[in-house]
Amino acid sequence: MLKNLRRAVGAIPFMRNPALASRSYSVSVKQMMVREALNSALDEEMSADPTVFLMGEEVGEYQGAYKAGFTGLGVGAAYYGLKPVIEFMTFNFAMQGVDHIINSAAKTNYMSSGNINVPIVFRGPNGPAAGVGAQHSQCYASWYGAIPGLKVVSPYSSEDARGLLKAAIRDPDPVVFLENELLYGESFPVSKQVLDSDFTIPIGKAKIEKEGNDVSIVSFSRMVGFSLKAAEILAKDGIDAEVINLRSIRPLDRSTVNASVRKTNRLVTVEEGFPQHGVGAEICASVVSDSFGYLDAPVERIAGADVPMPYAANLEIIALPQVDDIVRAAKRACYRSVPLSATR
Amino acid sequence: MAQLTRRSAKLLEPISAAVSATRHLTTSSTSPITVETSLPFTGHKIDPPSRSVETTPQELLTFFRDMALMRRMEIAADSLYKAKLIRGFCHLYDGQEAVSVGMEAAITKKDCIITAYRDHCIFLGRGGTLFETFAELMGRKDGCSKGKGGSMHFYKKDSGFYGGHGIVGAQVPLGIGLSFAQKYNKDENVTFAMYGDGAANQGQLFEALNMAALWDLPSILVCENNHYGMGTAEWRSAKSPSYFKRGDYAPGLKVDGMDALAVKQACKFAKEHALKNGPIILEMDTYRYHGHSMSDPGSTYRTRDEISGVRQERDPIERIRKLIISHDLATEKELKDTEKEVRKEVDEAIAKAKESPLPDASELFTNVHVKGFGVEAFGADRKELRAVLP
Repeated sequence: MLKNLRRAVGAIPFMRNPALASRSYSVSVKQMMVREALNSALDEEMSADPTVFLMGEEVGEYQGAYKAGFTGLGVGAAYYGLKPVIEFMTFNFAMQGVDHIINSAAKTNYMSSGNINVPIVFRGPNGPAAGVGAQHSQCYASWYGAIPGLKVVSPYSSEDARGLLKAAIRDPDPVVFLENELLYGESFPVSKQVLDSDFTIPIGKAKIEKEGNDVSIVSFSRMVGFSLKAAEILAKDGIDAEVINLRSIRPLDRSTVNASVRKTNRLVTVEEGFPQHGVGAEICASVVSDSFGYLDAPVERIAGADVPMPYAANLEIIALPQVDDIVRAAKRACYRSVPLSATR
Repeated sequence: MAQLTRRSAKLLEPISAAVSATRHLTTSSTSPITVETSLPFTGHKIDPPSRSVETTPQELLTFFRDMALMRRMEIAADSLYKAKLIRGFCHLYDGQEAVSVGMEAAITKKDCIITAYRDHCIFLGRGGTLFETFAELMGRKDGCSKGKGGSMHFYKKDSGFYGGHGIVGAQVPLGIGLSFAQKYNKDENVTFAMYGDGAANQGQLFEALNMAALWDLPSILVCENNHYGMGTAEWRSAKSPSYFKRGDYAPGLKVDGMDALAVKQACKFAKEHALKNGPIILEMDTYRYHGHSMSDPGSTYRTRDEISGVRQERDPIERIRKLIISHDLATEKELKDTEKEVRKEVDEAIAKAKESPLPDASELFTNVHVKGFGVEAFGADRKELRAVLP
């Protein structure tokens, strides 16, 4: 049973595939799927450090759903000094173990004044997938992002996935690692540096995916891809957008966001989660508090609709941000759009 | 034994001290005594251990002193709470001391203990000091959690004590996680995950027990059944109050939790079992004299007669006192003197703790993380109070 847990990662065929010898040439850049990025990171970290182990729902073999039980078990193992990676089938199920994430993991180093730290990672898909309905589609970034003592990260690309997961596993504090199911199959170019077994990305630092001067578009996870597509469309209309990939929800990279807004003077935040008390709300507050004089337009927030996720395909589309929504909001921020129409 | 004679020398009655010194020198302090537990053990899917417990004069005297210390500490905490020096929650353990001392006598500091919020005496048993207990209760910087935890958040990792938990039942899966790590590391040690009759119906307990049984983890689940979950009596809260049987496929033992020797025997037995065969449940039949916490007088859901009845018939300290006297290990007076010493120790610790200052304001922002990356954290007015997390 325990061996199964350790070997739970699954094969990483591409690493041993002789057909991909092109990796050895520095000229060509590899393509890697997010899924492979995550698995390779896990495999490498487990091989390098025997105290790292993986446990979760349907890990290894189809094993069973004892969420509150294994979340607590994982935290207890972390108290003792192991480095668990607890996997939820989705973060919706994690709600059954959320007491352990918050009260047993996040707060313990503080309550014990440093006597007991909790080097645990909680990972799993977060946010909407496709047609999975209201109970399986919530984004938890803002809920976990509010908790002192937690670190919360959300990768977009394969580089993000590898670097952040390695950093999370090596981190001595509890990390909530929010993945996205629809990104697992997407491929991204990865450099040799990214493939190195010691490649990590610092937690708490955002990445500027595309530099620009006219408007800052800030998002995380899947919405970074949408924001980049929106930036291409905006470019055709002469609007040069800067796209920021937060990478970390907590700590939030306020200085990168504020520096960007001080340059562009306009801000659009994008997230899939519910709008009220969301990540965008915190970013807006941060910018209004620290860079008020630099704003030339109200902050625009694009978020998931303020409703439980519907099942019907057409409703699901309008319940979630689409590229057009980001384009429209950016244009509004640039005072280029048609007047608002609340009834459409 | 050496302890008692040394302290006797400090007393103002040199004659009796000399007499007691001579008498006790003739009794070897570690010569074994066999005592029968008050009640036989009841087993569930397991043959219970024998009622005959091996002990020594030294152990019995240590039991007496340690339980008297714990009792005195908890009563002093009651007064401190009423004097408003302790704030918030304060859950007292007086009446249940035998569970802590009996357990400690059976195990080492490499074994782990985790419990809920009634943790002051468990902490003491694991090697915590009176001073750091009182300082923590009063929120001072010399507290075991530097004043940042409070009554429910005592920890001592170097002695295998993992807290101190405020959420009812959470400590059980955490404890099973500790035993998972012990087995993962091939440590040959066990974890005692303690919980009350109030927590015994929790789902997460059964999830965790299931995993412990599937993987043969060295977990010992200890139900301290004091018969009341806050204000709800056992008969109103559980369809089956035989908590030692609730593990179903996991064996269990019912133990008289007011008899420190029975507790010791059960814990020794459980440790041997868990290391070979996986989880076992121990139900300690015990009683708390105080209410659930300091905001509960403890008399609205049970009669004063019941409380005083238990105190008369089953008090753990009285049992050991009678045993010590009947085996001629110390006199009535010597034991009373021990109690006086203990009271003095407690009073001195409180006086010292009262002198300990409150934590520095900068401590608001320490230990949020192990590695804070130099990130900013904010106080109530973020433009007024901010700090960098190291």
